[in-house]
Amino acid sequence: MKIAFTTQGTEWDSKMDPRFGRAAWILVYDEDTDKFSSIDNSDVAGEAHGAGPRTAQRLFEFQPDVLITGNGPGGNAGTALKEAGIVSYIGAGDMTVKEAFSAFKNNSLKKA
Amino acid sequence: MKIAIASGKGGTGKTTLSTNLGSFLAENNDVVLVDLDVEEPNSGLFLKSTLIKKYDKFRMVPEWDLTNCTLCGNCQKVCNFHAVITLKTKVMVFPQLCHGCYACSELCPNNSLPMKQEKMGELKHFKVGKLNFVESRLDVGQEQAVPLISQTLEFVDEKYTKETIKLYDSPPGTSCPVIEATKDADFVILVTEPTPFGFHDLKLAIDTMRVLKKEIGVVVNRYGIGNNDVIDYCEKENIPVIATIPNDRKIAELYSRGELLYDKITEVKKELEKISKFIFDRNIGGNK
Repeated sequence: MKIAFTTQGTEWDSKMDPRFGRAAWILVYDEDTDKFSSIDNSDVAGEAHGAGPRTAQRLFEFQPDVLITGNGPGGNAGTALKEAGIVSYIGAGDMTVKEAFSAFKNNSLKKA
Repeated sequence: MKIAIASGKGGTGKTTLSTNLGSFLAENNDVVLVDLDVEEPNSGLFLKSTLIKKYDKFRMVPEWDLTNCTLCGNCQKVCNFHAVITLKTKVMVFPQLCHGCYACSELCPNNSLPMKQEKMGELKHFKVGKLNFVESRLDVGQEQAVPLISQTLEFVDEKYTKETIKLYDSPPGTSCPVIEATKDADFVILVTEPTPFGFHDLKLAIDTMRVLKKEIGVVVNRYGIGNNDVIDYCEKENIPVIATIPNDRKIAELYSRGELLYDKITEVKKELEKISKFIFDRNIGGNK
């Protein structure tokens, strides 16, 4: 399973980014290969509108099964994620990536 | 003659000036007042108007047609506003983000994103005595002011001659709707109040109008409160202060009842006369 995180860095100990559309990084953990892939999303800061769909576009390129984030995607991105069949979990905004992953495995994160 | 009345800071008196100046000038001139603050038009609250005609206004947005779509992703690549995205099995359009540029539609190799009409608001044409009044209003849920402002200006240009004095009551701020409302104007009156907030946003508005290469003048409303920074700044920058409307409780009372001021308060009428003299002396827009 591929799990995507909105983060402020690219390691297990990195802080999560509570925002979806304007997240600094998208970090994707592939359980099968035990490897990370990531993309710097910070250029979205320059977008006045449409940050959500822009980030969703980037996320789709990784084809993740699950998204773990903080506040949850807004209306536009939320609709797109649903259409793409990605299940979103929220409430991990104050955690590290590692903590967010454990919380997801323990079923203690809320579905968006 | 096209004169935009804009501000920078909201609530400084754009509508107060627009409605009073429009009604005053209409006593002896051919005038149309146009409320371009389409997200919250309020000139109409101060004008006892008779509706002449109402028009539904539409904008064009792409609609996905799956028949020939190959999901090539070209549409999402060419959209500058992330209003179109390509998923594994479909193309999604976010109409609220669409700026109606046609790029996705025109550049689609398979004609899979035909443009469709969407109602965005209404334009109403009124008469208030001799004054012509046009008001456009976005529908609830519509987020793009610019297309409606643009269509309203087109309506006014078609309907009225070059000689008609056109007053544009503009939206506040310095963003796209203000640019659209002022870009065609021969002169821009910036209304401000002599407070730190008014001064700060006035400078932003002045900078914006300079980028647009607009001739500008300032009207200070609620003159007498705050400090002298606005007047000093205008003097230093060679920007004419065309009029000063006094801070007066009577004005606030009339305003709160939705009434015009100049027919009841002599000082206001005198200031309008100053503005009128200024615009005719300047021969704004080039017609005598």
